[in-house]
Amino acid sequence: MSQIYRLNNIGLINRDKKISFKFNGKKYFGYEGDTLASALLANGVHLVGRSFKYHRPRGFFGAGVDEPYAIVQMVRNNETEPNVRATEQELFEGLEAKSVNCWPSVNFDIGAINNFFNKFLPAGFYYKTFMWPKSFWYRIYEPFIRKAAGFGVASTKYDSERYEHKYEYCDLLIAGSGPAGLAGAYAAAKNGARIILAEEKPRFGGSLLTSNVNIGNQSGKDWADKIIAELREMPNVTVKNRAQVFGYYDHNMLVMSEKVSDHLPKTKKYIPKQRLWYVRAKEVLISSGSIERPIVFGNNDTPGVVLASAAKEYLKIYGVLVGKKPIIFTNNDSAYETAIEFKNNGIEPIILDTRSNPKSEIVDEAKNLGINIKFSHVVVAANGYKKVNSAQIAQISANKKDLGIIEKINCDCICVSGFWTPSIHLSSQSGNKTKFDDKIDAFVPGKSKQNETTIGSANGIFNLEETINTSFEKGYELSKKITNKDNKVSIPQVSEKNYTSHDKFWCVPLPDKKHYKRFLDFQNDVTVSDIELALREGYRSIEHVKRYTTLGMATDQGKTSNLNGLQLVSDVENKIVPSVGHTTFRPPYTPVSIGAIVGREVGKHSKPTRKSPMHSWHKKNNAVFVDAGIWLRPRYYKKGNEGLFEASKREAENVRKNVGVCDVTTLGKIDIKGPDSAEFLNRVYTNAWLKLPVGKARYGVMLREDGIVMDDGTTTRISENHYHMTTTTAQAANVLSHLEYYLQLVWPELNVNVVSTTEQWAGAAIAGPKSRTLLQKLFPDKDLSNEGLPFMGYTEANLFGIPARIFRISFSGELAYELNVESDFGNFMWEKIIEVGNEFNIQPYGTEALSTLRIEMGHVAGTELDGRTIPYDNGLDGLISKKKDFIGKRSLNREAFNSNERQKVVGVVPLDKKTSIPEGSHLVKEANAKLPNPKLGHISASCWSVEYNNPFSLAILKDGKNMIGKKLYALSPLKNKSIPVEIVSSHYVDPKGERVRS
Amino acid sequence: MLYIKCPYCGLRSQNEFAYGGDGTVKRPALNKEISDVEWNNFVYNRKSPRGKHIELWHHISGCRQWIKVQRDTVTHEIFKTVEADKDI
Ligand SMILES: [Zn+2]
Repeated sequence: MSQIYRLNNIGLINRDKKISFKFNGKKYFGYEGDTLASALLANGVHLVGRSFKYHRPRGFFGAGVDEPYAIVQMVRNNETEPNVRATEQELFEGLEAKSVNCWPSVNFDIGAINNFFNKFLPAGFYYKTFMWPKSFWYRIYEPFIRKAAGFGVASTKYDSERYEHKYEYCDLLIAGSGPAGLAGAYAAAKNGARIILAEEKPRFGGSLLTSNVNIGNQSGKDWADKIIAELREMPNVTVKNRAQVFGYYDHNMLVMSEKVSDHLPKTKKYIPKQRLWYVRAKEVLISSGSIERPIVFGNNDTPGVVLASAAKEYLKIYGVLVGKKPIIFTNNDSAYETAIEFKNNGIEPIILDTRSNPKSEIVDEAKNLGINIKFSHVVVAANGYKKVNSAQIAQISANKKDLGIIEKINCDCICVSGFWTPSIHLSSQSGNKTKFDDKIDAFVPGKSKQNETTIGSANGIFNLEETINTSFEKGYELSKKITNKDNKVSIPQVSEKNYTSHDKFWCVPLPDKKHYKRFLDFQNDVTVSDIELALREGYRSIEHVKRYTTLGMATDQGKTSNLNGLQLVSDVENKIVPSVGHTTFRPPYTPVSIGAIVGREVGKHSKPTRKSPMHSWHKKNNAVFVDAGIWLRPRYYKKGNEGLFEASKREAENVRKNVGVCDVTTLGKIDIKGPDSAEFLNRVYTNAWLKLPVGKARYGVMLREDGIVMDDGTTTRISENHYHMTTTTAQAANVLSHLEYYLQLVWPELNVNVVSTTEQWAGAAIAGPKSRTLLQKLFPDKDLSNEGLPFMGYTEANLFGIPARIFRISFSGELAYELNVESDFGNFMWEKIIEVGNEFNIQPYGTEALSTLRIEMGHVAGTELDGRTIPYDNGLDGLISKKKDFIGKRSLNREAFNSNERQKVVGVVPLDKKTSIPEGSHLVKEANAKLPNPKLGHISASCWSVEYNNPFSLAILKDGKNMIGKKLYALSPLKNKSIPVEIVSSHYVDPKGERVRS
Repeated sequence: MLYIKCPYCGLRSQNEFAYGGDGTVKRPALNKEISDVEWNNFVYNRKSPRGKHIELWHHISGCRQWIKVQRDTVTHEIFKTVEADKDI
C-alpha cells in the first residue's frame, strides 16, 4: 500500500530512507524519522485497536505521551513488549507491532458485543456484578475479566535485554526542551551551571517544531537547533533526548528513563536498551509544557477524531495528513494554526468555533485565506464506526445549552481543541499544592515545595514572549544562586501572532432523544453518563469517583481526561472546579519498563555473592554449593553418584570416626580493641567476661533488649585489650551494628573500638577424633596436648611459614580446632590440611554434614535462635549471670518468659526409627483431633543421626522440660505426613560433652 | 530517596543508611531498679508523631557512625543532623 496521506514537501522525516514494517501482519512502508503512528497514518490506517471495556474501534488521538488509544504490542528482536504507544515508538527497519484488546482481530472483535449490551457495563460494573457467589470468582469471573481486560500481554520469557541505572548530580535539571526549557537551560549553562536538559521526544524544541513563530530573527525551529548545538558543545551541559523525567521524589531526587535503543532494530553490544537515571538536582526547571484537551461530544472516540495539535504535528513533522476533509472543532485560537497548515498544503478545512465572534490576528488570517469558518457551531456527534465519515453539526445558543437544527456534513477527520492543560505532574509530585487558574480553566503549580520552578506553558503561560523572557530570567537567577556567577545573556526578540481568549466550553449537550456515548476517558472507556451515575449513587470525593468509574486510572493517567471529568463533576454538583479538587498525581508520569526499574540487579546480580578464598578448591573437588546469606558455601562434596543424603552422611560419619575439615570462613568476625573491651563484652553477653584470661576463648550468648536471643558465638582474648569475636554467618552485620549502637550511643564513655574482620580471615574447622594428631603434624613445634592447648584454649603458631591462629573450639561436638590465617593464605592452609590429613583419611565436609553433627549434639543454631526464643528455650539459661546486668536482662522477668509451661528445645525420634520428620512439622497430642489441632511445638531442624543411624530432629516444644519420654505426633500437612514420635533429650550424642574435652 | 547530611561524610543518599528509630530514647542505666512500666516504655513504646521527629540513622555503607536526624515525618524535610553524642 502506498503512503497516500503523505505529502512531499513538508516535514522533518528523511525521505531518502524508506523503512518497511509490519502491523497486524501486514507490510507497510514509512520513512526514517517516522513514529509508528505517523507511518500508519501516512498509509491511511486509522484503526489500531479496540477499547478497554466496550471494545469499540480505536484510532489515534494524540501524537505523543498523551495518547490514550494507540497502545500496541511490540515485537522487537524476538522480544515482545506490551503497552507501547505507537505515537512514541520510532520506526525502524523490520518493526513489528500488533493491536491489543481485540480478539480474534481488530476488524472483527467479539468483545465489541459489550458495546451493544452496554447497559450491563455501567460505572462500578465490576463491583456490582462480580460479588457473589464467592466460588465463581476464581473459576468464572476472574478468567473472564483477565481475558477481556488489559493493554497487551506480558512476555513469559526471560528478558535478555540489558537495562542500566545511572546516578547523577547536577546544579540544574531541566525537564522539557520546548521554548521555556531551552531558554532556561541556555541562560543557566552560560552562567556556568552544570545542567542536564532532558527531552522526552527524539527531537528537541517542543512546540517550536510546529508553531509559526520567530525568535531572534529566525524560525522557532532554527533557533531551537542553534541553542541545542551550542549547548552540546559546552562541558557543563548534558543534553538527552528520548529521556522522560517521570518522577519527582524527596529531596530533589528525580528519576528519568532514557530510551537508548528502543528506536533501533536491535540493541548494540555493550549498550543498554534503556537507562534509568537517578538525578539529584540542586534546582529543577520544569518545562514540561501542556497537553491539548478535547471537547466532549457524541461518539467522540471514533477513529478520525484527533487533537488539533496532533493533526498539526503529523503534518509539520511527518508530512502526514490525518484526513483530506478535516473539520476543525475548537473553542480557542490555537486550532486555527492547524486549519491554516491544512490550507497551506492544499486541503480545505472547515472550522467550527464555539465562540460567536473572536477577534485576533490568527482568526483574521484564517478569514483572509478564505477558510470556511462557522462561529457558534459545534460538532454534536461523529458518524462512522471504524472511521469518521461525517459529522452532525449544529449551531449552539449563547448560553451553550440549546442546539439549533442539526445538519450532517461530510468529513474524514475531526480535529478538536478544547484549550490547553498545563502538565503539572512533576511539580505536583514534588509536593507542590496546585491552584486553579480561572483564566485558562486549569490547574497550575502553586508555591514550590522543593527546589523546583515551573516555567512556560506548564506554568499556564501560553504567550511565547513571556515564556522566553521569564525562562531566561529563571535560568539566570537559579544558576546565579548556585554558581555565584553573573554572566547574563541577552534575551532574543520574539514575534508571534496575538491570541484572544478561549471559550469556557467543554461538553456539547445531547440533542433531544439521542443517547450518543460521550467519552471522557478514552483509554478506560469512561463516559459522561458513567460519572453522572456515580454521582447519583452518592460518590462525592473526586478520589472515590475516580476509583469507582476508573476515570483517569489507565496507563495514560488521564492526561486528556482529568480536567473534563472535573468539569463534569463540578457542573453536576454545582460547584466550582477548585472546590472539587483534583486527584493526586503520582509517578510515573508515563509507563516505565519493569526491566528499567530492575536494572542490572537480575539473577545472580540481584545481590552480591561472597566466596571464600578456598572456593576454587571446593569447585574443583565437586562441591555442590548452597546460598548461605550472601555467601556461597559447599553443601556437600559429591562422590560418584551420591546425592545430598549419601554424601552428607558419609562426610558426617567420617568426622565422628576420623577427621573432617569444613570451610568456616563465612562466620562473622569482629575485632574488638580497647582498655574497656572486657567490660563491654560483659554488658553485651549474658555470661561473665571480666575474668577471661588471655589465650582463652569463651562461648557467649547475646540478647536483644526484649530478652530474645540475638546471636551466639565464641570470643577469644588475643591479648590484654584485644578480643576476637565470632558471630553466626547470618547475623554478622546485625551484631556489628548492635555493638556500634551501644558504643556510640549508650555507653560512649567505654574506650572500645570494633571493626569487622570477616573477610580478613580464612577459617577451617578440623574436627574428629584424629584432629589433634593431624594438627600436631601441621604444627610440629607446638605443644598441642590436652594440657598444652586445652578445650577453649587459643594459641598462635606458624603453619609452614604462615602465621596462624589456633582455637580449640567445637561446633560438631567432637574434639576439634579452628584454624585462621589471613585470607590470602586461605587456600594454602586448606591444601596443607588436606595434604597432611590424607594419612588420617581426612574428608572435607559441607554445611549439610555440619548441620547433622550439631543437631545430634543438640547445639542450637539459627533455626532455634529464630528471633522468638529466650535463653531458657534453648537450654542456655545456665549462661545467664545472676551477678551482673547485661543487655536484655531486665526483660527476662516478663511473666510469659517464666511460665511453667515455657517452650524448650527437645530431641525428637520417630517411633519407627525410619521416617524422617520434615522441618516445620507441628507436634500435636492426637493425630486426628478436630481442627484446629492444638499445636504443642514445631520441628526446628532434622537430620539423619550418623551416631545411631536413624532420623533425629530438634523441636521447640511447650513445657519441653517435662515432655521427655512422651509420645506425640509430628504433622506435616504440606508433605501430607503424620509421624508418631517420641520426645527425647536434645543432647542425643555425648550428652556429657566428653569428646570435646578429650 | 532522602538526602541525608552525615556530620562526618556530608550529603549522602538514603540508600547508604539504615534507619534506627526514635533518637530520644534513653536506655535505663545498668543495675538500676526500675518499674515494669518504665522498662516496657523503653523497650516497646514509641511515639509516632506527625511532624518533627528526632531519629537515629546508621551510616552503614559509609563511616559506620550512628547519627541523629531531625526530620518532618510528613514532608521528609530534614532540619538538622548531628553526631550521636550531641543533642539536637
Ligand atoms: Zn558518614
